Order: sequence, then C-alpha cells, then structure tokens
Amino acid sequence: MSDSVVDPEEVRHVADLARVDLDDAAVERFTEQFADILAYFETLDEVPEIEREEELANVMRPDEAHECLSQEEALRNAAETEDGFFKGPRVS
Amino acid sequence: MSHNAYITETTIEGADDGPLAGRTVAVKDNISTADVRTTCGSAMLDDYVPPYDATVVSRLKDAGATIAGKTNMDEFGMGTTTETSAFGPTENPAAEGRVPGGSSGGSAAAVAAGEADLALGSDTGGSIRCPAAFCGVVGIKPTYGLVSRYGLVAYANSLEQIGPIAPSVEEAAELLEVIAGPDEHDGTTRDAAENGGNYDYAAAADGDVDGLEIGIPTELVDDADEGVTEVFWDAIADLESKGASYHEVELPSVEHAVEAYYVIAMSEASSNLARFDGVRYGNSGGYDGNWNETFAKAREEGFGEEVKRRILLGTYALSAGYHDKYYKKAQDARAWVKQDFDEALSEADVLASPTMPVPPMKLGESLDDPLKMYLADANTVPINLANLPAISVPAGETEDLPVGLQFVGPAFGEQQIIRAASALA
Repeated sequence: MSDSVVDPEEVRHVADLARVDLDDAAVERFTEQFADILAYFETLDEVPEIEREEELANVMRPDEAHECLSQEEALRNAAETEDGFFKGPRVS
Repeated sequence: MSHNAYITETTIEGADDGPLAGRTVAVKDNISTADVRTTCGSAMLDDYVPPYDATVVSRLKDAGATIAGKTNMDEFGMGTTTETSAFGPTENPAAEGRVPGGSSGGSAAAVAAGEADLALGSDTGGSIRCPAAFCGVVGIKPTYGLVSRYGLVAYANSLEQIGPIAPSVEEAAELLEVIAGPDEHDGTTRDAAENGGNYDYAAAADGDVDGLEIGIPTELVDDADEGVTEVFWDAIADLESKGASYHEVELPSVEHAVEAYYVIAMSEASSNLARFDGVRYGNSGGYDGNWNETFAKAREEGFGEEVKRRILLGTYALSAGYHDKYYKKAQDARAWVKQDFDEALSEADVLASPTMPVPPMKLGESLDDPLKMYLADANTVPINLANLPAISVPAGETEDLPVGLQFVGPAFGEQQIIRAASALA
C-alpha cells in the first residue's frame, strides 16, 4: 500500500481547497479509494528524468477590439443579475 | 428502440448545399450549440444554453449537415462507460445489456443504432476510440491541434481533441475533412498543410495496404483479454494477406502512461472545473453567505461522484509538497511516451493494437472500482500523451461482442491511419 497514508482529514482539506463540500460517507469512500489510486500513481517514481524537446511557439494576434457577445447574451445563463451585472451570493 | 443515446433531441438545419447536405450528425453534449442546451452530462449544467456555436458546429452547418441532437456522455467526459452521466446510462446497441464505452458513448450509440448518420465526440484519453470499439463503429482521434477546441467545454486542454464517429472509415474521413483546419479562436490549432500533411482524408480510404509496414507494441497486446487478442491477430493476418507486413516493437514508457495520463488530466480538470461556481452559469443552489462556502455547496450539488473524485485528486497532485512528486513526474513520463512513439513510428508507417484490452463491460459492473476503470484506458491514453492521431476500426467480435483495432500514425499522418483502417472496414 501507499507510503503517504491518506486520512479523512487530508481528504477534507483537499475538498476545502477545491471548494467541494463532502458528506461523511463521501469522505470515507474517497479516503479508501485515494489510498489505492495514489499508491498506483506512485509508480511514476520509476520514470527517468527526460530531456524534453518542446517545440513551443507563442501565438499572438493584434490587440484590437472585435465582435463579441452582447451583455445580454453574456448574462443569459446567470442565476441572478442586477443592472447588467452578474450577482453573487449575499455575503451576510 | 431507445438506447438513451441523446440528452437533447433537436433539429438544427445547416446550409442547403455542402459535402454533408442530407446527412444527420449527432453532437456530443460538451460541444457548444447556440440556443440549444449543452449539459456535459452534468446536473451542474442541466439548463445551460450556450450563446454561441463551437467552431466545429459552425463548420457542420456550413457543410450542409443537419444536427440531430446532443448526445449522452460521461459527466464532463470523465469515464469509460457513459455511466457517470447525470442523465442515466446509455445502452450499447451492438451488445445488449453492455455499456457503449465512454465518454462519447451517446455519439457512438447514435451511429450504431442508425439514429444519426455521423457523430462528433471528444477524446481526452480514448473517449472517441473506446465507444467506437465497443459499439462496432469507426472513431478518429485527430492529431493534437488539427481540430479547433473553441466551444468545447474543457476537461483537460492539453490532451483533448474533437473527432468523428461513423459507420465506415470513409464516412469518418469525410466528416474529419469538414471539421479539420486552423481556427483563429483556438491558438493551439495548426495547419496540417504546414506540417507535412493535407486535408484529403476521404480519398485516403482506398483500402490499399500493399507495402504497409505495421509496428505492433507488445505492451499493448500482451495484457489484453484472450478473445480480444485473437480477433486482433486475425485482423493483422487479413492485412498481411493484402500485402502489409508487421514487426513487434517495445515501448517501455507505456507501462507508466495510465498514471501519467490520470495525474495530468485530473490536474487540468481541477483547474478547468474551478469556473463552475453557479454565478455566471450552472447550478447556484441559491445559497447566501461566505462565497467559498456557498460555492462549495453549489458544487457538491452540481457535480457527480467521479467528477468530484477527479477534481480532488487533481487538486491534491498540484498542492504544495506533491507537485514535483506527481505532476512533474507525469510530465516526464509524457515526454518519454512521446519519444518512444516517435522512435517506433520512424520504423513503421503505423502502429496497431487492440483499441480496448477488454470487450464492453456489463452495465453497472465497473462503477464501484474507479482504479479498475482507469486501467481499461491503457491502450488509448498513450496516444493523447503523445499528441498523435489514432483511429479505431471494427475488427470482428468475441462472443458476439465488438472488438476494435487501433491504428496510430505520426503527427498529421491522418491519411496513413485512414488508409490502413479502410482495408478492414
């Protein structure tokens, strides 16, 4: 099994970082599954360091205004809007 | 009879004339269609209506195609069976009681059942080739950069491509001709003509394999199910009788491809899916309070189990202290896989393997064990890591279940894999 034991607290911490609530049953399932999956991922340790030859080129375009979505179209899927803006949850 | 191939059935008419006039095309539901709901198979987006068309959708319309509907898929493309869809599983029209493969299971099922003439899928780690193999149809994963991803809802940008699914190699090639080519809206697209290729794909489906040299990676054949292997070698013998020859090659890097693929795909997914907070689009849940907490509740409601699992594992792999151990090593493995394939393809025209190491699973059989499901992708994920083109073509059946054969070609060598595959279907 894995050297890096995954405990429920670690699963909760990662879920918190990822902004995903989990109920206790999900935390329990994920703790068990992650131990197996991460143990499997650890075989990456056997991979040699590879000299990478990336052929990367920047793709640029002129910084000019062009046609885009209307404000109405951009807001169409929002749960709440106000005065042409997206509206987030009320903080308090 | 319905196989639940579609999430949304609709009719979007294309231009009057064009190479696809009179033909219907089913489109995977992670490809944006203006004014037609695009759910990604997720409750998160069950009422999301894109305000614009994906580039591939504009090209379908311009080519005269009629879009027949939006097809079922594993949620956000995360799955190998189409069972992680929030809209229920799709049944395999070619194998009753079995999964159609995934994640583009609805697209392959629609074609196999004759509910559409052609279909588009997307392939991040095998999501076109797996369902094509399981449903007994043809699927092409193009060279990375050949087809625009503009309007494709991102899962893992560095790996995925949109590609065609069709009953025959020639029809798949015709659809590829329509969607391929550079797009100013996707900076990662490249012009095949400037990279040693061209766009005459359908003409390459001439079945002429005389003199074709096939490399067979032993690692991708040895671990496959016995019935699958038999069908595979029969197909190779068939190609030999038509003038092709083969040699075996070793690709030691592919032993690490599945873990490299999942680390990279999950890491990219954790970043891509951060956008779903329910404010601009998607399920909001209507909660008030601290934004981190309201978003976390909305995301718990909107995402299914497999999506949460991948977001969390990706977040973990990128988090402080683990980045070098997982993500950086996975990038090394990716470079190694690429080198291995380039080397093998310097001594062969195409490489061949079974598309999937197993025949289609029974519905419900594989949901409980995520790692087992990931391992089923062993033969398809290396190709995405290497940015290469591949095709899955029906090669026969084992115990009445379809078996697909995968040909892999050099970058922008779509003609080579199309020609090889057309000798079989």
